[in-house]
Amino acid sequence: MTKSILLVGVGGQGTILASKLLTIGLGQEGYDVKMSEIHGMSQRGGSVTTQIRYGDKVNAPVIGPGEADLIVSFEEEETYRWMKYLKPGGKVVLNKFRIPSSPILTGEETYPEGLIDEIKAKADTTVIPASEEAEKLGSPQSMNIVLLGALVKAMGLTDIDWDKIMEENTKTAFLEKNRQAFNVGLEYLS
Amino acid sequence: MKELMTGNEAIARGVYESGITFAAAYPGTPSTEILETLAERYRDDLDSEWSTNEKVAVEAAIGYSFVGGRSFSAMKQVGMNVAADPLFSFAYTGANGGFVVVTADEPGIHSSQTEQDNRFYAGMMNIPMLEPSDGQECKDMVIEGIRISEKYRTPVMIRMTTRICHSKSFVELGERTEVPKREYKRDIWQYTTMPAVSKKLRHEILERLKVLADESLNSQYNYAVMNDGAKIGVVTSGISYQYAKDALGDRASYFKVGFSFPVPFEKIREFTEKFDTVYVIEESEPYLEFQLRTKGINCIGREVFPQEGELSTSIIKEKVLGIKSETIDLDTGKIKERPPVFCAGCPHRGLFYELGRRAKSGKIFISGDIGCYGIAPLPPFSATDTVLCMGESVSGGHGAAKAFEHYGTDMKAVSVLGDSTFFHSGMTGLLDIVYNNSRDLVIIMDNRTTGMTGHQNNPGTGYTARDKKAPAADITAIVKALGVKNVRTINPLDLREVGETLDWGLALEEPGVIITRWPCALKKFTEDDLQEFDVTRHLYQMDKEKCIGCKMCTKTACPALRFDTDAKKARIYEPSCVGCGICAQVCPKDAIVQVK
Repeated sequence: MTKSILLVGVGGQGTILASKLLTIGLGQEGYDVKMSEIHGMSQRGGSVTTQIRYGDKVNAPVIGPGEADLIVSFEEEETYRWMKYLKPGGKVVLNKFRIPSSPILTGEETYPEGLIDEIKAKADTTVIPASEEAEKLGSPQSMNIVLLGALVKAMGLTDIDWDKIMEENTKTAFLEKNRQAFNVGLEYLS
Repeated sequence: MKELMTGNEAIARGVYESGITFAAAYPGTPSTEILETLAERYRDDLDSEWSTNEKVAVEAAIGYSFVGGRSFSAMKQVGMNVAADPLFSFAYTGANGGFVVVTADEPGIHSSQTEQDNRFYAGMMNIPMLEPSDGQECKDMVIEGIRISEKYRTPVMIRMTTRICHSKSFVELGERTEVPKREYKRDIWQYTTMPAVSKKLRHEILERLKVLADESLNSQYNYAVMNDGAKIGVVTSGISYQYAKDALGDRASYFKVGFSFPVPFEKIREFTEKFDTVYVIEESEPYLEFQLRTKGINCIGREVFPQEGELSTSIIKEKVLGIKSETIDLDTGKIKERPPVFCAGCPHRGLFYELGRRAKSGKIFISGDIGCYGIAPLPPFSATDTVLCMGESVSGGHGAAKAFEHYGTDMKAVSVLGDSTFFHSGMTGLLDIVYNNSRDLVIIMDNRTTGMTGHQNNPGTGYTARDKKAPAADITAIVKALGVKNVRTINPLDLREVGETLDWGLALEEPGVIITRWPCALKKFTEDDLQEFDVTRHLYQMDKEKCIGCKMCTKTACPALRFDTDAKKARIYEPSCVGCGICAQVCPKDAIVQVK
């Protein structure tokens, strides 16, 4: 059975590293894996997704509406935008963090309120202040690793040796902070 | 050994394994990472170059092939338009050393101007085309492409799409084959396109096409996947094959077309005759469908599947089986689109801020171009009127200036483009401005890199694709050599300097050029950059007492700014701030101060 994970966020938030580590882990575990992302213009502060599918044999690398088992979101409004892609009964892991779009910044629009409550009402949702947690660790860029920890727990992938994967694939200078960030994320779901 | 690779990385692997020794490209989404991978991972195995544009890249690869070396080029779909001229003629003369060209198309238009389907180019050029469906095929098809190219002396096209380029899947790695250079013998009846030669070659191409049709018919990449009891027949290619399998599973049997020009008609006919209902599932244009219909093969295609945007598993499920996926539907009307923005610290911000202010007069026509600044037409800057294709800002600006002059319209034409775009195809337009004397003001935004596609070197950066030192092209000297007398170079982070220089340029009644020179905020700075620019990360803070909530700073649309609607105060989100100081310059109360 193919599982689908959708990572959503705003260009520049670092969805790429989290998904890279995830796919390495899934590959080592013996799964067939496909991963898809869009580069280019949307990277510049636009809405971005990374899609990961794994199982015995995966065909399409892209997740359609109603197909994601898990949405991991790096930003509140983006979670709401992509909820259509969640499988009914699927899970949501959400970073409690807002990035105002340019129409909001310039005052043409206001950031919509109450999104998280609506999302919670529709799906099994874990809200994590991942950006805040990472800042507390003194490593704001480890926000994505906090979310990776939560993702691993949500998908029941804790048997994979993530520590080793981080050791081999992230910068040594950040390794200790990343380990801590990963555990913070894990614990949010226990 | 298997490795998880994007389609682009797999193509690069195929280039490496097939013994290609020369690759040239111009960056363009979604193809960029092919040459990037070649230049990094296979840095010492072959010559890989960033060319000034796609035409130059292909011509270099053609010359390499003529004299007997194996060569390669890759480009995005609109890049193929630029490279089409030499390719059409190369199809006539034919290759000596094997030659493969990749076109990376963009159904869904994620980062392009058009949704063109370049499969038709193969038919127009009469050259064989291969279409991979995953990473493994990407790699294998480069190797197969080289074999076909040398066997039939023809250029070979590989057609990818965004989801093939940017999706990862497992690829089995092989060894590199090293081959000696083929012998080159002068043969003007083969390698020139004088009319008498071309007439002969035209005949030979059509003869070659018959043999290639046989090759396609027997190709291992054109095959049927039969499922017992399946009532539906599907003919498909590329990424659509994957969507179709997910959507229809064993309810359908499939004919997968991997060698898609010439089309293997007889094999497809044999397959389709087994079914009452046959669907052709393909993205973009009805390329396969057209051809099957001309051969009297009945199929359902465009009447049910959309001709715009990307295809998906759910679209196929809905159209073929009538099954709609259950979804969680929230009121998405309450959230608006998130348009791309200039990054924090982007050197383009200052220019477009000042240019946009002046454009409010309605007396400036701004001819835009391809790059990150392709978002300058949007609010809050609203500082570009048109965006068409690489380099058009310059020649289009010239045309507009001529029209304003002819009709006595009180408007000024301005062209804006980046350094890499200027080298790509802005230089010829600028020469034209000088030669035919128009009042267009050309602004070259030199951010010391090719920004939009993710920081590739170009002739101006002083480094090659493989990070070797190269002479850094001097834009000021080029502009002057082209005959422009009015040239000024400015720091785009200094708004006063930008404003004053724009006023000078807008008042010129002859050709003028402004060069803004500051490195892209996301660039990995070179030693030259560090010497020339103060790129230390200055720290700015908002003095809450002084802030009056006027939102002048947020009108710079910097993603490092926040506005607290309750307190009616702006603030800086420190982790995102690069310290460029633009917001501090627009604040009327001097509430934003540099603290470091």
